[in-house]
Amino acid sequence: MSPFWLVTAVLALAGAAYALGRARVLSAAAGDHRALHSLPAHYGWAAVQMTLAPALLLYLLLLLAGQAGPVAAAAALALALGALIWALRRNTPDFRARNAVERGMMAVLILASTIAIATTAGIVLSMLFETRHFFTLYDWREFFFSAIWAPQFQGRSQLGILPLLWGTLYISLIALGFAVPVGLFAAIYMSEYAGRRMRALVKPALEILAGIPTIVYGLFALITVGPLLRDWLAQPLGLGSSASSVMTAGLVMGIMLIPFVSSLSDDIISQVPQSLRDGAFALGATRSETIRQVILPAALPGIVGAVLLAASRAIGETMIVVLGAGAAARLSLNPFEAMTTITVKIVSQLTGDNDFAAPETLVAFALGLTLFVITLGLNIAALAIVRRYREQYE
Amino acid sequence: MYDMGMAQSVAAEAAGKVSARGVQVFYGTTHALRDVDIDIADRAVTAFIGPSGCGKSTFLRCLNRMNDTIPGCRVLGDIRLDGEDIHDPRVDPVQLRARVGMVFQKPNPFPKSIYDNVAYGPRIHGLARSRADMDVVVEKSLRRAALWNDVRDRLHDAGTGLSGGQQQRLCIARAIATSPEVLLMDEPCSALDPIATAQIEELIHELADQFSVVIVTHSMQQASRVSQHTAFFHLGELVEYGDTETVFTNPVDPRTENYITGRIG
Amino acid sequence: MSIPQQSLFASDPGTARRRAAEARFRAYGLGAVLVGVAALLLLLSSVLSSGLGAFWQTRIHIPVTLAGAALDPLGGRDPAAMRKVTTIAYGKVIEAALRDAIAQAGIELPLTDAEIAAMLSKEAPAQLRNKVLADPALVDGTIEVSLLANGRIDGYLKGRVTMDSAQLDRNVTPQQLLLADRMLARGMLSRDLNPGFLTAPDASDLRPEAAGLGVAILGSAYMMLIVLGLALPIGVASSIYLEEFAPRNRWTDLIEVNIANLAAVPSIVFGVLGLAIFINFAGLPQSAPIVGGLVLTLMTLPTIIIATRAALKSVPPSIRDAALGVGASRMQAVFHHVLPLAAPGILTGAIIGLAQALGETAPLLLIGMVAFVREFPAAPPEGFFDPAPALPAQIYNWTQRADPAFVERAWGAIIVLLGFLLVMNAAAILLRRRFERRW
Repeated sequence: MSPFWLVTAVLALAGAAYALGRARVLSAAAGDHRALHSLPAHYGWAAVQMTLAPALLLYLLLLLAGQAGPVAAAAALALALGALIWALRRNTPDFRARNAVERGMMAVLILASTIAIATTAGIVLSMLFETRHFFTLYDWREFFFSAIWAPQFQGRSQLGILPLLWGTLYISLIALGFAVPVGLFAAIYMSEYAGRRMRALVKPALEILAGIPTIVYGLFALITVGPLLRDWLAQPLGLGSSASSVMTAGLVMGIMLIPFVSSLSDDIISQVPQSLRDGAFALGATRSETIRQVILPAALPGIVGAVLLAASRAIGETMIVVLGAGAAARLSLNPFEAMTTITVKIVSQLTGDNDFAAPETLVAFALGLTLFVITLGLNIAALAIVRRYREQYE
Repeated sequence: MYDMGMAQSVAAEAAGKVSARGVQVFYGTTHALRDVDIDIADRAVTAFIGPSGCGKSTFLRCLNRMNDTIPGCRVLGDIRLDGEDIHDPRVDPVQLRARVGMVFQKPNPFPKSIYDNVAYGPRIHGLARSRADMDVVVEKSLRRAALWNDVRDRLHDAGTGLSGGQQQRLCIARAIATSPEVLLMDEPCSALDPIATAQIEELIHELADQFSVVIVTHSMQQASRVSQHTAFFHLGELVEYGDTETVFTNPVDPRTENYITGRIG
Repeated sequence: MSIPQQSLFASDPGTARRRAAEARFRAYGLGAVLVGVAALLLLLSSVLSSGLGAFWQTRIHIPVTLAGAALDPLGGRDPAAMRKVTTIAYGKVIEAALRDAIAQAGIELPLTDAEIAAMLSKEAPAQLRNKVLADPALVDGTIEVSLLANGRIDGYLKGRVTMDSAQLDRNVTPQQLLLADRMLARGMLSRDLNPGFLTAPDASDLRPEAAGLGVAILGSAYMMLIVLGLALPIGVASSIYLEEFAPRNRWTDLIEVNIANLAAVPSIVFGVLGLAIFINFAGLPQSAPIVGGLVLTLMTLPTIIIATRAALKSVPPSIRDAALGVGASRMQAVFHHVLPLAAPGILTGAIIGLAQALGETAPLLLIGMVAFVREFPAAPPEGFFDPAPALPAQIYNWTQRADPAFVERAWGAIIVLLGFLLVMNAAAILLRRRFERRW
């Protein structure tokens, strides 16, 4: 019996439970609703809950224990039937069916809210487990402090994270160096200078930029920006001949981050109270003096938080660097050279035929864990700063 | 007894430090203020009273062109400071505001140190030549605002850490640091407790020997306590303007009387 | 301190300097806005100029005589028996037909038979075979068919391949391009709309002209069904608990911080999670929409929870009080009154979350959604376990192919993807406008 048919069968039992549960309590009350503690439907639902929950839970447990056979299905069905009979006997007019149903619903709500926690736990545990496995095969000092990344098929790979970390940081730095001034100035212009018509045009345009999937930016980097930079900047300046480069990925990532930075900054700037602006204007400050000397300092913590969030996005971004940055692990300062990042190597080590006993595959989990820890740290710091900033003006 | 100096000062008072003729204000299509004619005296306190939404704050904000910063707000008519039209295209509102200071309803110190709050105006207008010069300006302004003794030991603490009344006095110090000629005060005590209010009122009284002070207030008692002249606004019109005593004891217009006796407002 | 009192009309150098600084600052701001808009325009023009070509395809129109001797050697017109005839036989038939047609049209160029045959797509024999198998009565007749031209010929018509590039290309000769010109002039060759791009499955490296998005679109649709079916109920249930019932304590604080952080975890990390938990641990199949759907569900959950909580928060407490006041339980107050009022906001959030999930690529790479799959998956629920690529993964896949014709296809697929996103976001905006309520 396949899981599908078992679920169908249990659901059918639950349907019967609803009808029977309702009918039974109504007949006990001689058809008089007012003699019941709860609405008749509540009695039906109470029976449904009782039929469904234990049986499905048992089956799930058996599945997780690797017992998917007909015995498990039979046990679950038997439990459903038994619970149904028990639930029907429970349905007397005095039974507080509504409270029972609501308790059940509450359990479902609580269960749902723990899925977010379970996800985080799943992320951490799965990566921690495989990372430990990796460090039994490969020295952790080599991983964290070696400047050479050279996986080999035959073994004896050198898997130092430093060149990847460098590529990641360099690209993120260029992206932020582009996106933060542009996004911040755009937000300032839109909130302090632009007329209504301009705002109506530009705001949606920036929102479109924010809604474009990263694969599109990746292709944009690979096909449009990369060759453009190579032909107009890198080659004339004699800095390299590669279309995929730190600069390509950084610039395109910067474009992707513009709307992110500008909408966060916009939120933050608009939270600076109007009274501060009035105070500065009344002293004879010009608009730009008001912005630079009063609004920005007041908004600084919030903007720092926004920049940290943007940095975390940049560090974790995958598709743009997979398509635009190249695959060569290298520690170099030349922004027109191809370099690679942590995310690129996670992808390249985990696609294709994976051998989950080889350090070359397992290293991806160590990389993933490192990435997770870095971005988590940035996010927690950023969210704490932004939250404190919001409370200050509430 | 009737010497030249006196005659001159009377003449100046008659023309007014600030004079307005036919001022109209529109917010979008709403006609917020119609046909206001007024002459505001130098070195005296003028109070604007009237029920909420009568246009008194709107008019106050015309005097230093703060309404320029509100989108959709149009000001028509003629407003002169010392006989010079403040809407003349040659006038930079930035310079105007250095000469017409303003204090707001809620204390709004910048999130900077006490010193930097007071020094901000002189700094942007380039009024102090040196650091020592600035120290003098800051101290003088704080003394004038009766705050110096409270804060002299913590000039570099945040201005937002002061009490409400102290914050408002800080804002007054900030406004007078640019040595304005006119000081506009928009309900400066409405967010303060009675003790702080009394301190500010005393301060206003002292400031009037140097500045032309214009104060918008909801409280008729306050107007009668601090001002020499009172203007009563109602529904966007200037209904009555005269000596404070006359306006409160012997109003000409029945609407003024109704307001003063508490029948409207 | 005394300032010399000067006229308001007098301009002063200090103020002039400040005004200049003001103008500069303003110009920086405008410049930043223009950079943003220019980037958007450059991006969209790249997409459109490189991608629209994928919606047109070059086809060769020739009469083909379907000789029964070759295509139905047993003569019974029995589809089962005819299936034994491979595409090789059909290839010979159409090659002969093409040669005849060229001779008939009076085109004389020094071309070998192989060169003439290579005018056609390698997919063309399969096209004809499917047509014949669908209607065996066609055998022994002559029919007009439109067959896919080779990718290089298609590229020539789209300007991607030129005489110069053909000199250097092993896969096409200048003579073939000349032939294409002649055929074009005689109407034997034309560029037509290409519905196959949206319906056909992917094709191998050698036949970019046949590659389509059919399977990828279906795969993405399956994943979106799973995401909607799981993330919406779980997200709403979780938000209701957190917003309406949860006590303020350390545990709920932890959940809140956790959700805010999950929303900012790099998507690739969710891919690692999917690989480790769903594939390696739970043993679900690679490349299957079920795994993609589960991973994207976990990714979308925070978005939906944040939007739902905002929607619940915007329902004023007076509504809850009113319900509780007539004796409803808290559960009833929430489900009968608060939730219906919050529904438009929740749906808007769900659509936006779904749109994000639809465009997400990185985690799909790790769970095998970039695999080359030509078979359409079965209908759900079994189909959820069949291999299928997803739209953004298909785009990535095509960028990794050697033939530049696939790049055009990738841009074209981007247009399709952006089209879906546009529709979803427009729906979200409409929904918000239509049901926006001010309290």
